Amino acid sequence: MRATTADRAQPAATAYLICAAAWLLPGLGHFWLGRRQKGITFLVALTLMFAFGLWLEGALFPFQVSQPLVALGALADLGIGLPYIIARAIGVGAGRVVVITYEYGNTFVIVAGLLNMLVVLDVFDIAKGRK
Amino acid sequence: MTSHFSLMVIFSLFVSVVFATLMRDEPSEQLAFAGRLFVGFVGAGTLIGWLLYPLPL
Repeated sequence: MRATTADRAQPAATAYLICAAAWLLPGLGHFWLGRRQKGITFLVALTLMFAFGLWLEGALFPFQVSQPLVALGALADLGIGLPYIIARAIGVGAGRVVVITYEYGNTFVIVAGLLNMLVVLDVFDIAKGRK
Repeated sequence: MTSHFSLMVIFSLFVSVVFATLMRDEPSEQLAFAGRLFVGFVGAGTLIGWLLYPLPL
C-alpha cells in the first residue's frame, strides 16, 4: 500500500504545506502522498460525519475567549477545514438548543474536527518518512 | 434514526472507519480492525448503558 511519494521524507516546507492541505480538505494530504484509498476514505467519512452533525442541528461554536470551553469547541469545529468554512459561509450550524438531537449533533461536529486533526498528524508523520 | 442507540451506532461506525484507516495500511486489515472497533464501541456502550440503568437510585 505504500506509494512512492510517501517512501521518502519530504522537505520541512513541503511537509507543512501537505499538512495545511490535509487540514483544508480531509484526506487531501494522504491523496497528495499517494495513499489514495486512505484519502478517499477520510474525505467521505469525515465530511459525512460533519454534515450529519449539522443535520442533527449541532452548532458551530463561536470563538469566545470569555468562555474557554466554547472556544475549545470552536477550535475543534475548525479542525475539519473547508467544510467548516463552507458551513459558515452558507449560514448553517446555528444550532437549536431545544432540539433533542442538539448535543448529539455537537458531538458529531466536534469529533469530526478532532479526527481530522489526527489525520493531519498522520500526514505529517508520513511526509517526514516516519511511517 | 435519532434514537440514542441508532446515533451511537452511526457515531461508532464513523469513528471505527477513521481509526482503522489511520492505524492499518491494507484494506483487508482496515476492514477487520474497523469491525473489531465497531463491535467494541457498540458493545461497551450498551454494557455501560445497562450498568447505568438503575441510576439515579
